[in-house]
Amino acid sequence: MSGSGGRADPAYLLDSSGPAAPPRDNGELVFAAPWESRAFGLALALNEAGLIDWEDFRRALIREIGDWEAAHPSGEGWSYYECWLGALERTASARGLVDPRALAGRAALLAARPAGHDHERHGHDGHDGHDGHDGHEHDMHNESPHHP
Amino acid sequence: MTTAAEHIDPALRAEALASLLIERGLVDQATMETFIKTYEQSVGPMNGAKVVAKAWTDPGYAERLLADGTAAIAELGFKGPQGEHIVVLRDTPEVHHVVVCTLCSCYPWPVLGLPPSWYKDPSYRSRIVREPRAVLAEFGLDLGDDVEIRVFDSSSEVRYMVLPLRPAGTDGLSEEELAALVTRDSMVGVAEVAAP
Repeated sequence: MSGSGGRADPAYLLDSSGPAAPPRDNGELVFAAPWESRAFGLALALNEAGLIDWEDFRRALIREIGDWEAAHPSGEGWSYYECWLGALERTASARGLVDPRALAGRAALLAARPAGHDHERHGHDGHDGHDGHDGHEHDMHNESPHHP
Repeated sequence: MTTAAEHIDPALRAEALASLLIERGLVDQATMETFIKTYEQSVGPMNGAKVVAKAWTDPGYAERLLADGTAAIAELGFKGPQGEHIVVLRDTPEVHHVVVCTLCSCYPWPVLGLPPSWYKDPSYRSRIVREPRAVLAEFGLDLGDDVEIRVFDSSSEVRYMVLPLRPAGTDGLSEEELAALVTRDSMVGVAEVAAP
């Protein structure tokens, strides 16, 4: 799906109701959790913008899946979209779209939100030694606690 | 990615990745949501079902479909990501086709939507190649020993879709009525199309 393939072309957005529409998902949700759909949408949006190459992403996905399978011969704990997300992180990092340390730092910040959070108020004080700490990428400053 | 990947909840990782990319202006929320909604609501096996029903009722179309799947499918307006190289495999009473992607999850999105979880599962991906007859039986499809099973491995080069056998007793049905019989599983090859 490299190049022109990755567009939201209205030509394939079709009426899904009507008598000729059999059950599309056989009772199964397309995405099991919002983060899965977010990881999916991100990959397609980056591809459409020409920021990642779909073949690169697919190769990264194959590698994530292969690594996971090698490490988990029983298959226990399998999550396809975790592999997808790992592949996307890898591909986006390789393309310089995100810094892995900024990514880890941001995730740590998000993890530290209290229930009913307002994450603007939270910084990385109180975090211990995650990669993002040393990084201080410019991205991080958007959520820095040092604004008024 | 391994350190982050192993210790952090994927929901947080996805949110972190999205927020950083959005802040840099590399993606926007609306585009992401359009893609998500498209595959949640608009693109799915009902597209492939229309292709199958047309092939059953229009021999000229069937011929074009087998000669160039992508082009014949585009005739019906179905195109887009993961649909560039679709090859259609026609079942016969003697030969049954079943599709897998052994390495990841290649699948003809424009006609089938996103793959179901079992299609992506490590167990299906490895076992359907080694013991197709047993796996198909687990899906409830018991093929006679005289039926040959051919397993096709989808990839980025070629994505396969099965043209299943038209069930007996459906001569009087319209194309629309036929399309309503065609299931996703029959177009992957783990089921047959049942008569109404």
